[in-house]
Amino acid sequence: MTTAGGSTAPLVLGIESSCDETGVALVRGAQLLGHAVASSVDEHVRFGGVVPEIASRAHLEALLPTMRRACEEAGATLADVDAVAVTAGPGLAGALLVGVAAAKALALALDVPLLGVNHLVAHVAVDVLVSGALPERSVALLVSGGHTELLDVRSPAGEGVGALRVELLGQTLDDAAGEAFDKVARLLGLPYPGGPHVQRAAEGGDPAAIAFPRGLTAAHDLRRHPYDFSFSGLKTAVAREVDVHRRAGGELDERFVADVAASFSEAVADVLARKTVSAALDRGVRTVLLGGGVAANARVRGLLAERCEAAGLDLRVPPLRLCTDNGAMVAALGALALADGLGPSPLDLATDPGLPVSTVVV
Amino acid sequence: MLLLALDTSSAVGVALLDGERLLAQEQHLDPRRHGELLAPAVRSVLAAAGVDRRDLGAVAVGVGPAPFTGLRVGVVTALALSEALGVPVHGVSSLDALAATALAAAPASARGPLAGGFVVAADARRREVHWARVAVDDPSDALAGWRRTAGPDVSAPADVVTEGLPAVGRGAALYRDALPGPDVLAGASGQGQDSVALPLDPDPGVLGALVARRLAVGGELLPAQPLYLRRPDAQVPASLRPASSR
Ligand SMILES: [Zn+2]
Repeated sequence: MTTAGGSTAPLVLGIESSCDETGVALVRGAQLLGHAVASSVDEHVRFGGVVPEIASRAHLEALLPTMRRACEEAGATLADVDAVAVTAGPGLAGALLVGVAAAKALALALDVPLLGVNHLVAHVAVDVLVSGALPERSVALLVSGGHTELLDVRSPAGEGVGALRVELLGQTLDDAAGEAFDKVARLLGLPYPGGPHVQRAAEGGDPAAIAFPRGLTAAHDLRRHPYDFSFSGLKTAVAREVDVHRRAGGELDERFVADVAASFSEAVADVLARKTVSAALDRGVRTVLLGGGVAANARVRGLLAERCEAAGLDLRVPPLRLCTDNGAMVAALGALALADGLGPSPLDLATDPGLPVSTVVV
Repeated sequence: MLLLALDTSSAVGVALLDGERLLAQEQHLDPRRHGELLAPAVRSVLAAAGVDRRDLGAVAVGVGPAPFTGLRVGVVTALALSEALGVPVHGVSSLDALAATALAAAPASARGPLAGGFVVAADARRREVHWARVAVDDPSDALAGWRRTAGPDVSAPADVVTEGLPAVGRGAALYRDALPGPDVLAGASGQGQDSVALPLDPDPGVLGALVARRLAVGGELLPAQPLYLRRPDAQVPASLRPASSR
């Protein structure tokens, strides 16, 4: 074993390919040594969403170059790798398969353990690379173009990831938060992916200009879906607003677009923050983790920070490059699992597009 | 040189060869489980031959044309093995491997029906086939006694330009009306007892031998990239959320 990274903890290679990002990273213990991501987002622009077959083709093309970049950054070679971790699910079936097949071949060729891990739990585990050991209890909000989940995470101190218990508190009943941004961008004539464009458009707008609906926040909805989300009603309301404005002879001018974008972002941020904070308070949890690409949205991040502070909650947000899908989160979870003696996963490991969040290592 | 040959264009096939000599092979017919079956098959083929993975000299892989998902499993496996073992990887047309497999399947004396040339057709799904046409120069040489004269291409079975030649392969067997040809070759005795069923899919051992031959004397080797032939379906799913994420 080499000493690259300054310790003798095992060197774990992580591979992520569940959606449109090909990520490879090397982690030793809780230290990120090398990290590279290739995205096929540009190839999906003209379709306004992730096209699975295009994403799968791109993963295959990007995998080796991305792995070489990660190794170079880490100053390591594949021969130094002590274990290979890979996202086994949830995600797009064909996309997952590319990363998992590659990981199996690497584990076989290097004669090291294979660890098929849960993508959602990896979004939580990436926090160890930034803040050290996971908090004993936390509520995690994961928001991206592919998912919107609220998780209850229990990580008993000193007991490692083997004792990690992740429970799904709620999720979106329709669109993921990131998809809502994509769809609203389209309604406003803004490009894909919607997140950054809606945010830019919202900058000069009035977040209180239009009172958009907050999905599943009415009293009767809260009883059945206290921690679930729904963004389809919000999207419909935006479409109606644009329609009414047009029929009244209005144009999609900068002012109107700014107000719609700001009011829409406010509605999304509000409902995400509200449900996250109440989940933490309801369960007596003091720490909130934020993960996923929508963490890039300044209003989502900002409002959650405000509300957490007001409620006396500690908010942890990894740097953005670790919030979006990447190999480091997979390697981080793999390293925790390995240290705990979990795995190895069998070589006939199957990908699971609907892998439940309660399964940490497959 | 020890060569590991993989093909996931249809079945999952793995073979280990020393030059053109087959040491061990495994083939599984399960079109939806390429991702689960391939890596264990590599491990067990190496074990069956008593070969250490570090002694491999090269990796060969069938690059299709084939339906997408399973094909990528073979190609990415070959790429990752080659990268981790520090050995070259060679791609070869899976239709060429199918042509060589068909010729190699029967004793030379029984190759008559194929001796005048034939069409190889693989199942491309969606009522189409991936196909190529070959001319046979020397039916006794399954690896080099023939040339591809058309294809690879993808089309409806009825649109395959067979020029009246018999068709072999899974794609032909599925659409015999459009692609007639023998399913069985009569043996030397002509009595039927030693007749040979024509294989439907590329044989990984033959694929490996084909690559070994082409490495030795020249012939078409391809980069380890899928031959897709079809453009991707540009369909964004209604929601990216996995259907059963709860
Ligand atoms: Zn993600």
